[in-house]
Amino acid sequence: MNTGSARTDESAMPEPVWTGLPPGLLRMRRLLLVVWLGLLTITVGLLLALFAGPGWAAFALLPLALAAWGWRMLGRNWRSWRYAERADDLLISRGVLWREETVVPYGRMQLVEVTSGPLERHFGLASVQLHTAAAATDACIPGLDPAEAERLRDRLTELGEARSAGL
Amino acid sequence: MSTASPDSSGHTSATPGSPSGATALPGGDDSVREEKPLSERRLHPVTPFRRAWAPVAVLAGWAVHDPNQAQEQLTRLTTTALLLGLAVIVPGAALYGFLSWWFTHFAVTDTELRIRTGLLFRRTAHIRLERLQAVDITQPLLARVAGVAKLKLDVVGTDKKDELAYLGEGEARMLRAELLARAAGFAPESAREVGEAPVHRLLHVPPGVLAASLLLTGATWGSLAAALVVPTLLWLATHSAWTVLATGLPLLGAAGASSVGRFVAEYDWTVGESPDGLRIDHGLLDRTHETVPPGRVQTVRIVEPLLWRGRWVRVELDVAGSSNSVLVPVAPREVAEAVIAAVLPGVTVPAALDRPPRRAGWCVPFWWHGYGLAVTDTVFAARHGLLRRRLSLVPHAKAQSVRLTQGPWERFKGLADVHIDAGAGKTVTARLRDAAEARELLQAQADRSRTGRREARPDRWMA
Repeated sequence: MNTGSARTDESAMPEPVWTGLPPGLLRMRRLLLVVWLGLLTITVGLLLALFAGPGWAAFALLPLALAAWGWRMLGRNWRSWRYAERADDLLISRGVLWREETVVPYGRMQLVEVTSGPLERHFGLASVQLHTAAAATDACIPGLDPAEAERLRDRLTELGEARSAGL
Repeated sequence: MSTASPDSSGHTSATPGSPSGATALPGGDDSVREEKPLSERRLHPVTPFRRAWAPVAVLAGWAVHDPNQAQEQLTRLTTTALLLGLAVIVPGAALYGFLSWWFTHFAVTDTELRIRTGLLFRRTAHIRLERLQAVDITQPLLARVAGVAKLKLDVVGTDKKDELAYLGEGEARMLRAELLARAAGFAPESAREVGEAPVHRLLHVPPGVLAASLLLTGATWGSLAAALVVPTLLWLATHSAWTVLATGLPLLGAAGASSVGRFVAEYDWTVGESPDGLRIDHGLLDRTHETVPPGRVQTVRIVEPLLWRGRWVRVELDVAGSSNSVLVPVAPREVAEAVIAAVLPGVTVPAALDRPPRRAGWCVPFWWHGYGLAVTDTVFAARHGLLRRRLSLVPHAKAQSVRLTQGPWERFKGLADVHIDAGAGKTVTARLRDAAEARELLQAQADRSRTGRREARPDRWMA
């Protein structure tokens, strides 16, 4: 067994301090879900009632059920997102069924981006995207407060400079 | 009109023979010019003719694409029109070639290689030598005849490869030695005197072994069988010669590329070690001389096809920003491991691998037997593949990020995957590890990649 027990003494550092996402992202996603599926419910219900008879309109409950299910799923997904800044690396953990945990050492960051689309801006949200030299590194933290996103960006850039390493 | 260009190209390709002989050897005149700081140099005078075949190819393509109209156009041409076309095209092409050559300069400074080019749209490329990932000298067949070579520079992040085409053969070698010496951190005044580093030959692949190894590869026979079976079946089904030709020719081409093409490209494969890095020379018709400076290799893969098992292995490597991918086409395992030790200093290929736990068979039946993992102080090694086994090695110092993923079924079975993302767009995955072990591995790997980086060699490895 030579798989990683060599450094357990060092890796057994205090449990990282996890930070969750602010509720703004959940609110935005749920609102979008309700708006779109609500519209779908109404159109399906109306069309079926007009062209197929009122009995068929019951099928409009299907999108409604989907909305209820999606409401819960979005909540679970939102709760699963969290990140932690450690001394030398950033941890990002996400996913409910398909879990993924990413560790990005600060010295490996090539570029830190803060992006915010029109919809996100309206809800006062911004995402932080990290790029390393590996294209597979998919480290993105969505739905942060713009102030927090900028603080994180500045801190990551600063730490990245201090611990910078080549390829 | 259409016959004008072949004539002109036939005419022009004959001329470079005479000047190339004179300039291929950089004489005293060249070294006098080098005394001045930042002296700009020009490419070899053969260069203007490198694209001479392009108009011919365009015309030929058009003629093949639309034969009837091409013939019509040809019959309409008169001798005067032909002569007129010749009189316009030949000097025009010659002038363009000459001017683009005249306006292309390059210079080597202490830290950069500068390439200035462009007639109307100027382009200046400054290539930082410490970021140089590899330097290749390639010689296509015609260039070998003319005694010139192309110098290719691999730098991370550039889509288009910067290349100096063409240089005299001797000049290309000297320039490569100089670039590598400067990239290694030798003082600028001594960089030229350092000269070509001595090469210690590590491995040479005899043609017989290469041929035998290709015969023992499934892909060779598979493509050959496909090239024979598919057209036959199509003939039986459709009885249309065109369909058979349209499918048979590409299949035959693929079969040829995977057997004869590989033999020609990997013929006389020589790997040598020098202070500049690893030297790889190969090719039967087109000769290529690659140099990979030390510490630039991101990942190494040891591939072991079923029929080679126990006898030979193939080694592939990934260098950021470079397209070279083969390190050793075929060699006995011990020899290949010695080469890997040279390309990844301090790395030994782990002999024994850890299998996933038995319950992994519920997630990936059969193939889980192929999975394996070993972590040493310097390298993370993961194997996959049931018949064709691939062992991927990534040094801890090259890990860009570490990820742990777990699907619902894997969680039910208490398993998880660990991915190590390296540069050059490669990811090495240890699949189906025990969940607790994977979690520990994730932490330990993040630590190791940090300490590994601290101990890694500097970019300027001689400084």
